[in-house]
Amino acid sequence: MERPILEVKHFHAWFGTHEVVKDVNLTLHRNEVIAVMGPSGCGKTTFLRCINRMHELTPEARTEGQILLEGEDIYRMSPIMLRLRVGMVFQRPNPFPHMTIYENVLAGYLLNNIKLSRSDKDAIVEDALRKAALWEEVKNNLKKKGTFLSGGQQQRLCIARAIAMKPDLLLLDEPTSALDPISTAGIEELLQELKKNYTLIIVTHNMQQAARVSDETAFFYMGELVEFAPTRQLFTAPKDQRTQNYITGRFS
Amino acid sequence: MHLNSIKHLRRRQLISASIRGTVLFFTVLTLLPLVYILIYIIKQGIGAINWSFFTQLPRPVGETGGGIANALVGSLIIVGLATLLAIPIGIFSALYLSEHPQGRLAGMIRFCVEVLTGIPSIVVGIVAYDWLVKPMGSFSAFSGSVALSIMMLPIMIRSAEETLKRFPTHLREASLALGVPYYKTILQVLLPCSLSGVLSGIILSVARIVGETAPLLFTAFGNPYLSFHIFHPMHSLPLLIYNYAISPYDSWHQLAWGAALVLLCWILLLNILTRMIIRKWSVRY
Repeated sequence: MERPILEVKHFHAWFGTHEVVKDVNLTLHRNEVIAVMGPSGCGKTTFLRCINRMHELTPEARTEGQILLEGEDIYRMSPIMLRLRVGMVFQRPNPFPHMTIYENVLAGYLLNNIKLSRSDKDAIVEDALRKAALWEEVKNNLKKKGTFLSGGQQQRLCIARAIAMKPDLLLLDEPTSALDPISTAGIEELLQELKKNYTLIIVTHNMQQAARVSDETAFFYMGELVEFAPTRQLFTAPKDQRTQNYITGRFS
Repeated sequence: MHLNSIKHLRRRQLISASIRGTVLFFTVLTLLPLVYILIYIIKQGIGAINWSFFTQLPRPVGETGGGIANALVGSLIIVGLATLLAIPIGIFSALYLSEHPQGRLAGMIRFCVEVLTGIPSIVVGIVAYDWLVKPMGSFSAFSGSVALSIMMLPIMIRSAEETLKRFPTHLREASLALGVPYYKTILQVLLPCSLSGVLSGIILSVARIVGETAPLLFTAFGNPYLSFHIFHPMHSLPLLIYNYAISPYDSWHQLAWGAALVLLCWILLLNILTRMIIRKWSVRY
């Protein structure tokens, strides 16, 4: 069997003295969509941010345990190399307001001073925008500022910016929570396309979304990974009482 | 009852109208001296403006004509140098304040900036005299620039800090999540996004000090000849206005009015430039 893309072993995370993520163990394989769901404050976003070490922006954050990306301990890598390999899409669309659409897609290269030829640039931009299902809408306006797009388009632009770096893993932190239902449907459809080339981890507080888009689902509750199983199985025959309670709406 | 309420209404309308009148009156009253000063300077100064006014040096008393080329060039050099000195200190301090708003050092910097705002410009001049003119043994444009740059810092730091603080966390995270190192995030995302605010702060601080006289009195000192040497005494517009305005000669008064008009135009232009930059380069978050 192929080597797992991500292995999480006895992973804990704290903010100060508050333990936000408790003893998580998880193995993920390539080209899958994994949903991380759970009620607010269950540690799902913190867990996601630990995978590309964005939690380190919070000074009092601290972790224990291991996360291996293709067998390599991410806490022994430089965070910069790690983030080049693990892309992230945020809750709120955040294209760079001083850059055009074209520059936004290439932002990872431009800001890291990675030199590309003109034709490479064009190819990367077109490929990333096509994969993000945005090419047809913006191909004539590549020189416009990214912030002129609608919310849903901006979020697809951010996805394009992340996949332009050809990451091993793409993290999505509630990517549709700031979007209207139509844009949300568009993004969800896009995730199905993206999984052909990428491995995706999507955090969502929306159960229906988890059920619709993912192959496997992880249910977090109060910092614990309660259950991790193929999505269909988790939603139809949950093993843990707490999962059962959550999906039947007994708490949220 | 019915009549009574109408009477009430009348009274309210009267009060409202009289308050509106009062506000208008005092607004006009504040504008009046400003407009008067503008008109008076233009009226008095316009007669002095001609080609030789900009290109020639002042002539000795008794000779007619002559110009203020030395002061024009001097002002440009002194103010330009002051801006160059103040920009790195001002921008980096503002960056520090916006990046570490809570620290002890930030509190101290903020306090110093506040105190600096309140220091009379003549005192800044004396300090520059003591620090630079005395040890270097000569009045110099450089010491004048240092004095002016100290005067510029508070405005520059405050306006830059305000702009930089408005930079949203989600854009900072967007950059860091792409593997962009912190310093490049600052230089290539935060600063470009804040460019219009930072630039307009710089220009406003220039406009603020371009007419400062006191800090230059015993630093740049003044020079009747055209000089490009920053370690020698140099003339400047405010010094020229000061010297000529207190002189007993009419032709010198005329030059002083002309110089005042030029200074006024510079400040006006700087303000227009600020507005243009804000309109053109501001970024929508």
